[in-house]
Amino acid sequence: MDEILEMLARYERILLLGCGTCVTVCLAGGEREVGILAGQLRIHARQEGKSAQVDEHTIERQCEKEWVEEIKDRVEGVDVVMSMACGVGVQLVAEMYPEKPVFPALNTTFMGYPAQHGIWFENCRGCGNCVLHLSGGVCPITRCAKSLLNGPCGGSQNGECEIDKEIECAWQVIYDRLKKTGRLEWMNNYQPPRDWSTAGSGGPRRSVKIEEVLD
Amino acid sequence: MKSESNLEKVLEAGKFAVTSEIGPPKSADGNVVRKKTGILKNFVDAANITDNQTAIVRLSSIAAASILLQEGIEPVAQMTVRDRNRIAIQSDILGAAALGVKNVLCLSGDHQKFGNHPSSKNVFDIDSMQLIRMLKDMRDAKKFQCGDEMDVEPRLFIGAAANPFADPFEFRVHRLAKKIDAGVDFIQTQGIYDINRFEKWLEEARSEGLTEKVYILGGVIPLKSAGAAKYIKNKVAGMIVPDSLIDRMKNAADPKQEGIKIAIETIEQLKDMKGVHGVHIMAIEWEEKVPEIVKESGLLPRPSV
Ligand code: SF4
Ligand code: SF4
Repeated sequence: MDEILEMLARYERILLLGCGTCVTVCLAGGEREVGILAGQLRIHARQEGKSAQVDEHTIERQCEKEWVEEIKDRVEGVDVVMSMACGVGVQLVAEMYPEKPVFPALNTTFMGYPAQHGIWFENCRGCGNCVLHLSGGVCPITRCAKSLLNGPCGGSQNGECEIDKEIECAWQVIYDRLKKTGRLEWMNNYQPPRDWSTAGSGGPRRSVKIEEVLD
Repeated sequence: MKSESNLEKVLEAGKFAVTSEIGPPKSADGNVVRKKTGILKNFVDAANITDNQTAIVRLSSIAAASILLQEGIEPVAQMTVRDRNRIAIQSDILGAAALGVKNVLCLSGDHQKFGNHPSSKNVFDIDSMQLIRMLKDMRDAKKFQCGDEMDVEPRLFIGAAANPFADPFEFRVHRLAKKIDAGVDFIQTQGIYDINRFEKWLEEARSEGLTEKVYILGGVIPLKSAGAAKYIKNKVAGMIVPDSLIDRMKNAADPKQEGIKIAIETIEQLKDMKGVHGVHIMAIEWEEKVPEIVKESGLLPRPSV
């Protein structure tokens, strides 16, 4: 919250822009959270004795141009857009309205599903070269603290990762699953170094589906 | 011979090898390394130099290895994949070999979460298995990991760690087999306190014929106190310390001497085990006790080969 207030300190008319897809599901940046944050911003302004106009709006998806285009008039009427989408949404809004400051309200952390209501675990780092079909449906790149590919390190004990007893050792889970399904040979065979160029080490990534490209 | 290193020669000659470990200082003071070298000289066949162990910044392992060479002990340079990508590792290996380093130990490395720079970014471009293979290809095929060729290859005796006490236990011997396939020449194990579990692991390795394909040096870490034993048991991931050992330390009149005694007993047991080719004594910040342990275990004089 302090980070957000600092970002907004110089601005009076604010558009709080929610996103109706992933961040709604993970309770971080949907209509409900937009309402909460807007209330907090108004109270803060009153306490400081400032006038503030906080508009609230939530669109279906901030990562698609069509949806972002529809809010043109709203964006023009404010000094700043505070996006409550993930880093992707923030960047698309900023790109489409280059004359407006667009700020992130969230610190986008990872891609994961809820383990139980209110608790999320990181599952995928979008490495661009998936091994889930071989690794028993558990991602070693993301869920092993050392992104190992050839089995558990020497710190794996009682199914816990050496860095934190609250974190499962991914390789123990992989071992158990592969054993159950009779596929241990993947683990017993040498896995060569990976090509990390698809995982972000090759520079910003770009993906083209040629049949979908309209020119 | 692969490297002509002293350690390789001792093992090839069928002698029970003795290695130990030197932790470089958290400063630029090379004399600390010289002093520790002086303590170990003539008592070990080679000494490992740790590579920023527990992710705490220390004088570089290759630089310290070079000091060891000046002082007349053969170094085993430890190399983790936590802090370097494949470009940096290969470059460092060429440099180490050019300085005269002949033994390298391939490790994953402790996670930086435990060290003094927990906010750093780790690398893990390759894992320890892939590091073994990369060094083997550099040495035997004169090839870099990318496939490019080199003129002069690093002649290395390639080592790796094995931990019979980590889980899943059933996978531990497979992991050893994988390291052998990847090209490892010698293994130094995690510190052994649970001798039964170690024997179980060794038995399995023996029955798979693995002890014929690789030299295994059993790890021994002398205990300083009952508190230290408990700490290792509860706080160090992947280690087992039986309660009977903790009690023994607790009841000892002189716990330090008891710790040394336990270490010597463990070495005596290792000497008798088929498939164990040597011992690796890790006396962490207690290097001055290594000569006594080696002597009392009947491992002197060290062979000149
Ligand atoms: S292997 Fe790559 S793509 Fe597949 S789950 Fe892991 S990070 Fe995601
Ligand atoms: S304990 Fe398991 S998950 Fe943690 S770093 Fe080691 S292998 Fe990876």
